[in-house]
Amino acid sequence: MLEVIGAAGIDELFASIPAALRESAELDLPAGLPEAEVLGRLRELQARNSPAAGFQGAGCYRHYVPAIVAAVLGRGEFATAYTPYQPEVSQGTLQACFEFQTYVSILTGLEVANASMYDGASAFAEAVLMALRIGGNRERVLVSAAVHPEYRRVLGTYLDGYGRGRVSEIAIAADGRTDLEALEAELGDDVAAVCIGYPNFFGVIDDLANASRLAKRVGALSISATTEALALGLLREPGKAGADIAVAEGQSLGLPMSYGGPGVGLFATRREFVRQMPGRLVGETIDERGRRGYVLTLATREQHIRREKATSNICTNQGLAALAVTVFLSLAGRSGLRRLAELNATAAHSVCERLSRQPGVQKVYTGPFFNEFVVQVDDCSSWFEECCGRGLIPGVPLSERLPSREDTADRILVTVTETCSESDVDVLLRSLREREAA
Amino acid sequence: MEFPDNLRYTKEHEWVRVEDDDSIVMGITDYAQDALGDIVYVELPEVGEDVVVKDEPFAVVESVKAVSDIYVPMSGVIVEVNDELPKSPDIVNEDCYGDGWMVRIEPTDRTEFEDLLSAEDYQALVDELS
Amino acid sequence: MSEQNLHGAPGTRNGMEKPIFEKGSCGRSGLDVAEPRGGSPLAAELLRDDLSGMPEVSEPEVLRHYTRLSHLNFSAATHFYPLGSCTMKYNPVANEVAAALAGFADIHPYAPVETVQGALELMRDLESWLAEISGLDAVTLQPAAGAQGELTGMKMVRAYHASRGNPRKTVLIPASAHGTNPASANLCGYRPVVVPVDDRGLITTASLRALLDDNVAAVMITNPNTLGLFEAEIETMTAAAHEVGALAYIDGANVNALMGVAKPGDMGADVLQFNLHKTFSTPHGGGGPGSGPVAVRKRLEPFLPSPRIVDRDGLLRWDEDRPDSIGRVRSFYGNFGVLVRAYSYLLACGKDGLTESTRHAVLAANYLRARLKGAFHLPYTTSSLHEVVFTDKLQNEDGVRTLDIAKRLLDYGFHAPTIYFPLVVHGALMIEPTESETLETLDAFADALLAIAREAHEDPALVRSAPRETPLARLDETRAARKPKLTWQPETAPAPDPS
Repeated sequence: MLEVIGAAGIDELFASIPAALRESAELDLPAGLPEAEVLGRLRELQARNSPAAGFQGAGCYRHYVPAIVAAVLGRGEFATAYTPYQPEVSQGTLQACFEFQTYVSILTGLEVANASMYDGASAFAEAVLMALRIGGNRERVLVSAAVHPEYRRVLGTYLDGYGRGRVSEIAIAADGRTDLEALEAELGDDVAAVCIGYPNFFGVIDDLANASRLAKRVGALSISATTEALALGLLREPGKAGADIAVAEGQSLGLPMSYGGPGVGLFATRREFVRQMPGRLVGETIDERGRRGYVLTLATREQHIRREKATSNICTNQGLAALAVTVFLSLAGRSGLRRLAELNATAAHSVCERLSRQPGVQKVYTGPFFNEFVVQVDDCSSWFEECCGRGLIPGVPLSERLPSREDTADRILVTVTETCSESDVDVLLRSLREREAA
Repeated sequence: MEFPDNLRYTKEHEWVRVEDDDSIVMGITDYAQDALGDIVYVELPEVGEDVVVKDEPFAVVESVKAVSDIYVPMSGVIVEVNDELPKSPDIVNEDCYGDGWMVRIEPTDRTEFEDLLSAEDYQALVDELS
Repeated sequence: MSEQNLHGAPGTRNGMEKPIFEKGSCGRSGLDVAEPRGGSPLAAELLRDDLSGMPEVSEPEVLRHYTRLSHLNFSAATHFYPLGSCTMKYNPVANEVAAALAGFADIHPYAPVETVQGALELMRDLESWLAEISGLDAVTLQPAAGAQGELTGMKMVRAYHASRGNPRKTVLIPASAHGTNPASANLCGYRPVVVPVDDRGLITTASLRALLDDNVAAVMITNPNTLGLFEAEIETMTAAAHEVGALAYIDGANVNALMGVAKPGDMGADVLQFNLHKTFSTPHGGGGPGSGPVAVRKRLEPFLPSPRIVDRDGLLRWDEDRPDSIGRVRSFYGNFGVLVRAYSYLLACGKDGLTESTRHAVLAANYLRARLKGAFHLPYTTSSLHEVVFTDKLQNEDGVRTLDIAKRLLDYGFHAPTIYFPLVVHGALMIEPTESETLETLDAFADALLAIAREAHEDPALVRSAPRETPLARLDETRAARKPKLTWQPETAPAPDPS
């Protein structure tokens, strides 16, 4: 090869790099390892993680991932393909994206959806940026205090320095839903968007319909944020409840928790806003011989063409993660998804009811919930430790997640999915009963 | 490539026609529509009372692979826009000087007309680009 | 792509797969779900009517559908995929085994830290290895993609300047830059100012100085640049930026040309983003998920996204007490599953493996350059590193363009290189073979391109009508953009089969 190139050695090929840089470039890294040792090391590392069973949710959910998902994702033709810029040889990826967009549209009840964003939190931030673009001079954004704290934090980071957008927080009412009176008081024609968790961080199914109605009255857009996408298999579609943009974290639908990532951001909006929507879009078309096929479309919104005038800077979507959701939803289908959602809801309500009957335990919010709810437990931290000692994590303590709130002492968010067994629930209840007895 | 004599032109490949009522109508030239390729979307400004200033971008034309800003050829007030274009952007490719017109303006400074290029001068500019 | 004769098979049309929504039958589901006991605990007005539109198919149908769809793709697993700037190197399957281990896949981000020390250790080690490769001081693994890494880097630039009283207004970006650079700068409230590229394909300190003033927050330079060329004056350029108090952002998309050869930190970089799905072998997945860790010089460390890993009281923990942090760019800690894959790759390569990868990547690109330079126009004589850019200038004489060449390559069983990027070159054809290919593959690719060059001259119509051997011919992108059809609709049946 060097002969063809006309170089004496590979070193010559780096002649354009200054010698001084070459000299200080040696990498201080360990030597490489053969595959068996690599995997041995990784097995050791993961053995120091205990994926304890439990009732943790709060934005990342423990659901069963059917074996077929890994089988499809493991196909090199999907996993090692690039972004489908040559559509004639990327119909697998493109059609899967088209099916994904269709699923997101069905779940959210909104006409158009993109081919995914990085996660629910960044999708949320991008939705607000989109609302600001659409809203002309409107500068204010009203965000419910019950939207997931990490989503709010990401929004804050995206807006910082952007030059537009001022966020005002709307408090929650005693029932755990956004305080609509407080919302109404803050609304004006300088508001670009109203943002509601659906369900919200406390697991409560917020009153999206009324919040949207209030927003519409002043010409603001309504944005819904769903962290538990399975809820969309049961609850009234955000689009039908008045949301103009719906975002969600899709991890529940076919992705393992994987310590919080990768996830997949679902993003849908009304057809009239399609050109303001960020992210990749796949559209249907025909080829030269009239055969149906799929292509990336409306690319002129994106960074590689618009550059600084782009709707976003996003380049990748979440390709394979979106494929996982597509496969999962195809497997579950119309009846399976509904059944799974109903199972989660009934199981959660049953656990909630049984927990609340225990002395020293109180359900905190009266608003309706899907599969997560907040309880207040006397001396919660010792109960938490007790359960962990028995190999079960009983939930997510609120004080760690909401350090600036004053009403989180002894409160814990408990999430129940189809993966929680009766013996898991038993551990929760027994540990409460036993310390009551003590 | 056609550049009708009765029109005037800008360096940014827009054409201008003076109407009987002294308003001006503008669009993009044959060179522009050809360079862009199949036009898929046209974003036009709104009719309004604010004065748009010469050389300011005020419209956007998109093809599949490219986006082009369209610039105000003469300062003035926008009195009419071609509502057909957002629905049927292909008209711009088919008939850029006729049905593909984009915006009608009532100019506020008629001296700006002198800055526009004649068909001959515009042809020379295009020849240099090719 | 597998040869498959699907004509007439149920579920297909014209040999293509029907959308899943056109399949199945009432009542079918592949999901094993127990019947919920008792009635719905939620009031009817809270619920959706139904999930009409969702398909009802069995598990075997689902598997067949997606398996057949996969056959319609070219992929690095099946084809040589020399996309410039994408680094389509081999994705070790061992990485997949690693990421699927239960101790990584089944842990919750809010698990008590004592129960996930393995995960934290992996991330901490990955941070320090990436810091070493970059020659910088601290790393965040939070950004979910390269573009998000750029955003993170630029947000930190802004926070740095704001902390000194003036966020500044502009960012200098070469004309050859990837579109995400100006887009990211814009999202941080900065106006991008273009630095022209000279006839060597490079930017110069002189042209930079002409634009530098104390309004400039940063210069954003890709090195090697998007033409695969090393920015020779990089050290004086970053120094010039520092002289006016601006920061130097180096885009690390092309780090595959630098490992063990040069460190961005030594070039004067203050911030750099990596693309794990490029240099570090994590799969491209048809468009993600990627990961975009960002490395910074010490003075930017306070601004890194929160939380950060700290070693305290004998345990690795998450530290949220970071008052100067820019905040968060995504939920939780980053694309952890992707991090595991990169970690596995780095363990396998080690110091020598990485250096060898870089050397072979550069060798392969230069070999293709040498084999092709007679038949295709090289816009710059500057020597290439890990990728080479040609143009279609010679083929234009016969009326053949880059697009046609790319499509004809598909017929030869190769994925096309990157086309029409960077924009500074007319009709760019950017080839990055990576270190993973055999000499036989490189030769077959070069032979194919040489054959296409001959075809372009002798039978241009043939090239212009390509591809002809792929599942579909050229697709009507105009139609897709004029009348966007973005979801499957039951009423719209496609046009009847033409033959």
